[in-house]
Amino acid sequence: MTNAVQFIEVSRSYGNVKAVDRVSIAIADGEFFSMLGPSGSGKTTCLRLIAGFEQPSSGSIRIHGEEAAGVPPYLRDVNTVFQDYALFPHMNVRDNVGYGLMVKGVAKAERASRVAEALALVALADYGDRKPSQLSGGQRQRVALARALVNRPRVLLLDEPLGALDLKLREQMQGELKSLQRKLGITFIYVTHDQGEALSMSDRVAVFNHGRIEQVDTPRNLYTRPSTMFVAQFVGTSNVIDGERAKVLTVGATAFSIRPEHIRLSALPAVGAGQVSVFGQVRDVQYHGSTSRVELALDGGAPLVVSVNNDETGESDLPKVGDPAFAAWPQSAMVMLKDRLE
Amino acid sequence: MSVNAFYLRTPLRRLATLLYRRGGLLLTVLLGPPLVWFCVIYLGSLLALLWQGFYSFDDFSMSVLPKLTLANYANIFAHGNFEIVLRTLAMATSVTVAAAAIAFPIAYYMSRYATPGIKAFFYIGVMLPMWASYIVKAYSWTGILAKGGIVFWVFGQLHVTWLLDALLQLPYVGGSTLSTSNLGRFLVFTYIWLPFMVLPIQAALERVPPNLMQASQDLGARAGQTFRHVILPLAFPGVVAGSIFTFSLTLGDYIIPNLIGPPGAFIGNFVYIQQGSVGNMPMAAAFTVVPIVLIAIYLTFANRLGWFDAL
Repeated sequence: MTNAVQFIEVSRSYGNVKAVDRVSIAIADGEFFSMLGPSGSGKTTCLRLIAGFEQPSSGSIRIHGEEAAGVPPYLRDVNTVFQDYALFPHMNVRDNVGYGLMVKGVAKAERASRVAEALALVALADYGDRKPSQLSGGQRQRVALARALVNRPRVLLLDEPLGALDLKLREQMQGELKSLQRKLGITFIYVTHDQGEALSMSDRVAVFNHGRIEQVDTPRNLYTRPSTMFVAQFVGTSNVIDGERAKVLTVGATAFSIRPEHIRLSALPAVGAGQVSVFGQVRDVQYHGSTSRVELALDGGAPLVVSVNNDETGESDLPKVGDPAFAAWPQSAMVMLKDRLE
Repeated sequence: MSVNAFYLRTPLRRLATLLYRRGGLLLTVLLGPPLVWFCVIYLGSLLALLWQGFYSFDDFSMSVLPKLTLANYANIFAHGNFEIVLRTLAMATSVTVAAAAIAFPIAYYMSRYATPGIKAFFYIGVMLPMWASYIVKAYSWTGILAKGGIVFWVFGQLHVTWLLDALLQLPYVGGSTLSTSNLGRFLVFTYIWLPFMVLPIQAALERVPPNLMQASQDLGARAGQTFRHVILPLAFPGVVAGSIFTFSLTLGDYIIPNLIGPPGAFIGNFVYIQQGSVGNMPMAAAFTVVPIVLIAIYLTFANRLGWFDAL
């Protein structure tokens, strides 16, 4: 099977700044692929390289096996949903959605039926006559989606499309995007800085940092088996322990990560095979609904975050600030980390 | 400093409280004077002008009589007079079209490609001529365009005087020299009013988000299509704003037609003669209404065509 999009050692520099640094990825046809990273990590530049708004400084980008360098955006079989939607303010919804078909010379009758179909797909069938300024943020988002999908691209690029929406709407749209992608069977390449969003929707996620890819993996593997310190800290909450303490606790590793939900608190040190135990003092306790977040200060002040299940632990059993406590976890829950990518 | 000034019952404090409680009173105080000024000085004088146009002028006594008549307005369409209107209208239209054609690329470059330094240079370059005296610029053009002037000299040096002669042979456009031709008058008008076209277009283009052009490209539009369907419609309110300036300024001008171009009055000259030399105020007033009506027709037309839709 050919890849939908393939990056081979792609770099993009602006002067001395390397926005994208020797990135190689292969995105399979029909995959929901996310590019996750903090702002300035190079994920959006990668998306713009695929769309054709940027050209790589070196390396090769292939779209469905064909070299994309030098191909202008309007000849690429990809469409983009822009971060702030980029709807044409002087056209109504119908003309916005039909724009791609209009410039390609699709006949009026076919255009009308395909626009209607695309608007129905995003549940905006009755909104054709409205101007973008008369729509809510969520509706604009759907119009932008319909405007891209009406062209039947084989690859859809989404640049933080849910960033401007409120939490409830964002969660709803995540579900809709995922089911839309399943239904259409086309490749979605999704850029986001929200790890929750990336984990919940994607088949695979690439984690970006400083223009490089730290790890490409399934959401489950990213969470349970992060390979670098950055991934461990960026994806979900994690305690990353390095230095002398790591060496002692792991017999020699430079760093490891342990998720807060794998740690148990107790008044006495845990004994038993395969258990690791540390001592600390409770610094902070926060109530988070189904869980409570307890922060310990280990010797020397290093923090250790512990997640306590509130169903299992009553309020009276929660430690108080200032209490001494032992934290213990099974050795199997520790993930050894590489210091940095080389 | 321990006493809170807020609780001091000084007269000023009382006044402030009164204005705060009664928003309507504050609005009246702030908006009243400028509104009175606007109504009396602008609208009032305009109505007085319209009214003047209905008065009669007695040719024998050379005096204005407060006897109402439609004769002045009817006179606009009389032979000779209506040609003045057409002559002015044709010039204003061609100057506007030419100014838009020249200004758009400049404005586009300024708003899309120029670095801040180059943009500042362009701003100064466009506005500096506006700050120089209008009369001096108009007069200097008479020298530039005259036989033996700079333009003729340059054409001579390039051995293409025949081209200039051929241009001057053209009916209506031409004349014996550039400075007495409609072509020359057109050049000067376009020069003088161009900044008024560049600045509004530039401002309109600046407001077009760059990602709209990317979206257009992304959807498959070539550069020409993006320009026609996205950039031009969004910048058109700027073009219309600029054209209102160039159009109305040309319609009302009476100095350039006096100095450059063939004989034959413009609306401005006619008004000047009627009220200055002849003293026929009602006729001058009636003719002053012509540019107002022409602009109103133009704006209605622009609105009907949806040129303001992107506002």
